[in-house]
Amino acid sequence: MTTQILIAGFGGQGVLFSGKFLAYKAMMEDSQVSWLPSYGPEMRGGTANCSVIVSDSPIGSPIVNNPDVLIAMNLPSLDKYENSVVPGGIIIVDSALIARKVARTDVKVFYIPATQMASDEGITTLANMIIAGKLIRECDAISHDNIEAVMGKIVSARHKELLDLNLKAIELGYNYEG
Amino acid sequence: MKGNEAIAEAAILAGCRHYFGYPITPQTEVAAYMAKRMPKIGGTFLQAESEVAAINMVIGVASTGKRCMTSSSSPGISLKCEGLSYLAGCDLPALVVNVERGGPGLGGIQPSQSDYFQATRGSGHGDFRMIVLAPASVQEMADLTVKGFDLAEKYRVTTMLLADGTMGQMMEPVSLEAPAVTEYDKSWAVTGTNCERKHNIINSLSLIPEELEQQNIERFERYAKIEENETMYEEFMMEDAEIAIVAFGVAARISKNAILAAREKGIKVGLIRPITLWPFPKAPIAKAAAQVKEFISVEMNMGQMIEDVKLAIGCSRPVSLVNRVGGMIPSPEQVLARIEEIAGGNGK
Repeated sequence: MTTQILIAGFGGQGVLFSGKFLAYKAMMEDSQVSWLPSYGPEMRGGTANCSVIVSDSPIGSPIVNNPDVLIAMNLPSLDKYENSVVPGGIIIVDSALIARKVARTDVKVFYIPATQMASDEGITTLANMIIAGKLIRECDAISHDNIEAVMGKIVSARHKELLDLNLKAIELGYNYEG
Repeated sequence: MKGNEAIAEAAILAGCRHYFGYPITPQTEVAAYMAKRMPKIGGTFLQAESEVAAINMVIGVASTGKRCMTSSSSPGISLKCEGLSYLAGCDLPALVVNVERGGPGLGGIQPSQSDYFQATRGSGHGDFRMIVLAPASVQEMADLTVKGFDLAEKYRVTTMLLADGTMGQMMEPVSLEAPAVTEYDKSWAVTGTNCERKHNIINSLSLIPEELEQQNIERFERYAKIEENETMYEEFMMEDAEIAIVAFGVAARISKNAILAAREKGIKVGLIRPITLWPFPKAPIAKAAAQVKEFISVEMNMGQMIEDVKLAIGCSRPVSLVNRVGGMIPSPEQVLARIEEIAGGNGK
C-alpha cells in the first residue's frame, strides 16, 4: 500500500517541516518513505509544497502528482491541486485562510481553522502541526503512535520548548471536532 | 537525510577533508553541511570568492594527493569548466558535484538534467573525459560519492557526480558506513621531497608537440581501461521486454512507475538505467536492440542522452524522446502514454 501526501501553502507556513515530521514518523515505523520539497527562491512568501510518499514497497518517482491526501494551506494551493486528488482521497483545508469550500464531491474534506487556532493558543507559527494532527486523525497510513519520539528527532535539543509546543499543536489538531 | 547532505557526509566518510565551494541553489546544503562538520574533524571548509577560485583550490589540494572536492549547480559548473580542463591536463583526481538546475544562462532553480552534454562531452577545452556518475536515490548519492573518490584516484581523473536538483533536495532513509579506503599509488603527488627524490611537478603546460601528443595518447589509454572496467548500469524488468526505456536519475524512477503501470496492462517494457553516463553503458543497450522493437529515452532536457542511445544501437531501432525541461518534471502518465502508443502500433 502506498499513500501519497501533498502539503501546499506559502513559504514560511512550515509546509516542509510538517512533511519532514510525517516522513520521519513513517521511517521510524519501518515504512519506505520519500520527502521532496519544491519552493521558489523566497525565504518567506512565494509558494512552497512538499511531496511525502509512504509505502510498504520501494518508492519509484518521489513526485506526487495525484495525492491521496492534500493539505491546502492557502487558496492558490487549493485552486491548483484540488482536481489532482485521487477519487476517494482526503483534502484538509485551513479554513481560517481559505474562504471557499471544496467543489469536489468524490473526496473526503476536512475544514480546520488551523491558523486561527494557532493564533488563539499563542502558537502562531504552528498551524502546520495542527493540520498534521488532523491528518494523523483522518489518514490511516499515519498512526498516532511515537509522536513524541519522532518530534525529538527533528527538533534540536537546544529548542526543548519548541518540542512541547509542536506536541501541543498536534494534539490540538488531532482532537479538533469539525 | 537530504541528498545533498548524504553527499557531504559520504565524502567525509571517504576521507575527504578539503571542501571548497560557493553557494548556489539547489546544492547549497552540501556546503552548509561541510561548513558545520569540517572544522570539527580537522578538515578545511572554505567558501571561496567565486566558483573559479573554488575549483582552483581543488587543483591545489589534489596536487598533494589529498582527497578534495567542490560542488555547485549548472551555472556554477560552467564557471568551473576551465578548472576541469586543467585538472585533466594535470592528471589529478578530484570529485566535482553538479546538482543540476534548468538552463541555459542563469535559468531557474528547479531540477533539470540539461548538463548531460556538458558533463559527458564539453566540460572544458582539450581532449579529455571525466567519469560521470548519475545517482537515482539518496542512498546512491552517498554510495557514488564514495565510489567517485575511489575511481578518481584509481585512474587519476576527475569524477563528476551529476545529480538532478530532485536528488539533491529530496530526503530518503540512507545508511552510511565508513568504506574501506584503498590506498592508490600517489608517488606523483607534491608532498615535499625530504631531499630523497626528484621534485614532482604538476603542470598542464606542455610546449613540445611530440610530448603533448604522447600525454594525450596515454591519457586515452587510461580512459579505455575505464570504459572496459567501470561501466555501471541497472536493468529493471528487461528479461522479456519488447520496449526499452533508457533513463537516469529521477527520470529513471519516474519511468519505473510507468513501467509498473504498463506491465499491469500487459505491455512488456523494461528499463536500462545508466549509472555511469561516461562511460556510457553501450553494451547492454546494444544487446537490448536485438530483443526490443523500440527505445524510449526519458530525459529532463531537450534530448541529449538520446544521441548516445542512438549511437549505442547504430540507429538499428527507433528511439523516441519523452521529456520536460526548464525545471518541469515528466509524469509517469506522460511516459506511460508513449509506451501505449508504441505498444498499440502507433510508434514512429
